[in-house]
Amino acid sequence: MSFLHRHKGATPYLLLLPGIVWLVLFFVAPLGFLGYQSLQTGTFDTGYTFDWAFSNYVDAVRDYHEQLVRSFLYAGIATIVALLVSYPLVYWIAFRAGRWKNVFLILIVAPLFVTYLVRTLAWLNILADEGPVVGLLRDVHILGSDGRLLATSFAVVAGITYNFLPFMALPLYVSLEQIDERLLEAAEDLYASKRQAFLRVTLPLSAPGIVAGTLLTFIPAAGDFINAQLLGTPKQYMVGNVIQSKFLDVLDYPSAAALSFILMALILVGLIAYARAVGTERLTG
Amino acid sequence: MRWVKRHLLPAYAFLAFCYLLLPIAVVIAFSFNAPSGRFNYVWEGFTLDNWVNWDAPPGIQSAVVKSLEIGVISTIVATALGTLLALAIVRHQFRGRGATNMLIFLPMSTPEIVLGASLLTLFLNRQIVTGFGTIFIAHVMFIVSYVVVTVKARLIDFDRHLEEAAMDLGANEWVTFRKVTLPLLAPAILSAALLGFALSIDDFVITYFVSGPTQTFPLFVWGAARVSVPPQVNVVASAIFLVAILVMIGNVLWGLRARRARETMPHAVPLPEQLHQPEAA
Repeated sequence: MSFLHRHKGATPYLLLLPGIVWLVLFFVAPLGFLGYQSLQTGTFDTGYTFDWAFSNYVDAVRDYHEQLVRSFLYAGIATIVALLVSYPLVYWIAFRAGRWKNVFLILIVAPLFVTYLVRTLAWLNILADEGPVVGLLRDVHILGSDGRLLATSFAVVAGITYNFLPFMALPLYVSLEQIDERLLEAAEDLYASKRQAFLRVTLPLSAPGIVAGTLLTFIPAAGDFINAQLLGTPKQYMVGNVIQSKFLDVLDYPSAAALSFILMALILVGLIAYARAVGTERLTG
Repeated sequence: MRWVKRHLLPAYAFLAFCYLLLPIAVVIAFSFNAPSGRFNYVWEGFTLDNWVNWDAPPGIQSAVVKSLEIGVISTIVATALGTLLALAIVRHQFRGRGATNMLIFLPMSTPEIVLGASLLTLFLNRQIVTGFGTIFIAHVMFIVSYVVVTVKARLIDFDRHLEEAAMDLGANEWVTFRKVTLPLLAPAILSAALLGFALSIDDFVITYFVSGPTQTFPLFVWGAARVSVPPQVNVVASAIFLVAILVMIGNVLWGLRARRARETMPHAVPLPEQLHQPEAA
């Protein structure tokens, strides 16, 4: 303690030191190694050499632009659907659920307490060809008599939407919960219709929640490979599937590293564009 | 028409909850299924066998134990590191604050697959053998940021007058920290730890990259999914789910009780004499 008394300015650095060291060693440095690896050539058997092989990036985009586009498309659709599904639900909880709010909130996050892989596998049961959903859809002729849901884009996007929906719902709830209901009363006193009050008061005030929820849903969704693997086929594979198999099955590290960087860069570009559009102060809260 | 309008939103909420909870019901229901073949997709009859013999599939028990071990130690380390970081950020002025905030924010906004891939590249290049230790390293890394965010939120609302009061009454910095700051922060630190533990035992993607031969419960499920998933996987998942829900409910009740206590006793701050207890050195 006496050391701290004599060197008061050192306190924050001592508090920061262990955490920062950990993050630099195991977050920043690995990214450096990933960048280094992405510019190497060679094969797993002959070994890799570093020679500024930017062509790895060109090749990766050329060979896998389909999976890259699909990742962002699936993630985008899942994010929008999650927003549309969860907004009315959390609106109801925030304004109508009264003293049971906390119970309903637990129900919203409940899916997160079931192991990710297991809850994705549960959709295998639900959407199975001989299951009730497919049977019903076949009976009402939305699906043909041999139509199926598994192994389609629909199943993959539905799985992604379900898995990340709580990340959309929670920040939305927080922003709706904080709205002072007197503002809505004031709007009504000033002869705003219910619709106007919603569009001009509630919706703008919930914007921070929409922004946070969008990021928390879109980023993990774009990097996901589990839903495509378990609920889809190689025709639905996303960039995550390619990175995963190149790193762990094919052992083509440089190409996998280049793809990882492309994924990260695209997300960062999207993040910056999004921040420009909505204002940075909303982004970092 | 009016009636429809009034009931539209509650009806929607009901349907939305059905959608959210259906897969959970399926997971729990199929933990009681008695499949005749290898596949646990179709309901064939009720049994308690899977719960009684939950450790029958080879490897499942050690996988669950590994998940719990990694969850506990990485949560403890990450909670300590994250709390210190939060204290520094909220309580102190220092150079490099923006960079520090960025360093904490970035791991949360990087896709897990990139985190896993980059760690694996590091371990391969430095010839570090992957296994229990590397999983521990990875879990601490990705949990720390969530701890910082959780504890920071509480620290910002912190009423520093309480600490000043303690110091005015003769407590030194260390005593004030232990007797005032830490107890008031305890709920936030506990929530951060619970969140960290939940993230750790559920993590698949990062763990998959850095696990080597070590198998955690999610990795066991992944391996099983390539062949056939035994109903015991549903048993373990249901058990984890039930424990988590009970903890959540306990947390909510605790919060309600604390609020009620505060409402009935508006000056429920520590009394001066409690702060001034002599230190048992």
